Amino acid sequence: MGIEIAGIKMKNPVMVASGTFGFGEEYSELYDLNRLGAIVTKSVTLLPREGNPPPRIVETPAGMLNSIGLQNDGLKVFLEKHLPYLSKFTVPVIVNVAGETLDEYVDVVKALSKENRVDGIELNISCPNVKKGCMAFGIDPKLTEELVKAAKKASKKPIIVKLSPNVTDITVIAKAAEKAGADALSLINTIMGMAIDIKTKKPKLAMITGGLSGPAIKPIAVRMVWQVAQAVKVPVIGIGGIMTAEDAYEFMLAGASAVQVGTANFVDIESPLKIIEGLKKYI
Amino acid sequence: MIQENCRIVDHSQLAPRYFKIVFSSDHIAKTARPGQFVNIRVSNELTPLLRRPLSIHQSDPEKGTFTLLYETIGYGTELLSKKLVGSELNILGPLGNGFEVVNDIALLVAGGMGIAPLGFLAREAIKSKKDVYCFIGAKNEGLVLCEEGLKSLGAKVTVATEDGSRGEKGLVTHSLEKFLKDFRLTIDGKRLTIYACGPRPMLKAVAAIAAQNNFECRVSMEAYLACGIGACKGCAVDTIEGYRMVCKDGPVFDAKGIKWE
Repeated sequence: MGIEIAGIKMKNPVMVASGTFGFGEEYSELYDLNRLGAIVTKSVTLLPREGNPPPRIVETPAGMLNSIGLQNDGLKVFLEKHLPYLSKFTVPVIVNVAGETLDEYVDVVKALSKENRVDGIELNISCPNVKKGCMAFGIDPKLTEELVKAAKKASKKPIIVKLSPNVTDITVIAKAAEKAGADALSLINTIMGMAIDIKTKKPKLAMITGGLSGPAIKPIAVRMVWQVAQAVKVPVIGIGGIMTAEDAYEFMLAGASAVQVGTANFVDIESPLKIIEGLKKYI
Repeated sequence: MIQENCRIVDHSQLAPRYFKIVFSSDHIAKTARPGQFVNIRVSNELTPLLRRPLSIHQSDPEKGTFTLLYETIGYGTELLSKKLVGSELNILGPLGNGFEVVNDIALLVAGGMGIAPLGFLAREAIKSKKDVYCFIGAKNEGLVLCEEGLKSLGAKVTVATEDGSRGEKGLVTHSLEKFLKDFRLTIDGKRLTIYACGPRPMLKAVAAIAAQNNFECRVSMEAYLACGIGACKGCAVDTIEGYRMVCKDGPVFDAKGIKWE
């Protein structure tokens, strides 16, 4: 079950996906975090972000839409509070980083690169719920390349680039990230969606659109992982609606070296553990 | 907080869309406080995907059971209403901060299913020798819950129905206002806190009444939840200190801190 991705040694190929696991604190009350392959933290930005107005989530068939808006306490609080908490565990920590500008990303990456407890950095260039930056980088191959290059230069830690499905051809972005030096690619982030309340005739989310996650997006994610795995040589991490070990194995058959479990954490706290156990049958 | 399979030991219909369900769980029964909730997985299918958050109405640490009151408002709660005694559901809880009873007089204001957490609070407040006044608001007589139970515990109960079929006619907030007009003169130095749960417009009105009378007021807020434990930041409520999470910072908030507009 052990695996090494982008130089990060993991006990098993099952990580928890950014944005669904906070910084591990809440879940650590429920099980031993060291059983996970790795923790990918909620996005950290240079300055605190208060996030989007509510309602931020709505359930849809076999999925959910969210528009949280990268609410987080910023780099300083992450380094002073959340990272020291994670030092109580030995599980690899991959810090997800988001920003509005290239400089913001680079500042955060530089600071994280100095921290012993940080094993890797995942660049979020795919959040669909903020006005500036983030997905703007991930839908343009030139901007992707520039950003990944700058991040690689600023970092001694492995850089994983998290790709957006909201593009015409995901392999173009994947190749741009690889060319710029990405150590691995993770995909997919949420798919932009929308839901309207037909009684009030108003959107169900305050920000109108949001990102769709959950089993509803799994076939799209499997297809994109399959496309990207053929287009690049760096390892691919599969994400998108994984609820069971069988789902995880399906991503591996499509070419993923490891997976991240996201929305399933909300449905069953123990999903990642059950997936790790169940995967033993297949790999 | 624990996630475990809990057996249904009782399940009954109280009104066309109101149900009472009793689960067996030593951990939740022993640790639950009034105002806390549980997050229930009502189905193992992919739709509905997310758990359903429901307030704890009562807990019996000796029997190792806890009770929920709920209203069927959509697919998830409809599914829940069909679950049979003896079957098991996966439950995460107890969650949230809960109410704190500090003052001598507790004035409870419930709108509709808002009685669910306040019934638990009334019981605990009476146990700790507080004067408890309950205002129960409902659309009609058939939807008035817990009136007799609360009276037998020793609470002073006022019922208001919108159609006047039981108790005072009109909104429960009008009954509250009327009551406070005379009552505030008799309090005589005793401290009073208002606790409210119900639809947001009702909570807003109660908050305004509390502010006018200079009483402390705690409200139990509602939102769509995903994780239920503070990790996903989905259930934001806008407060004067910024966004707070209903599931972890709440569901009980100081009414003064909520941005009601």
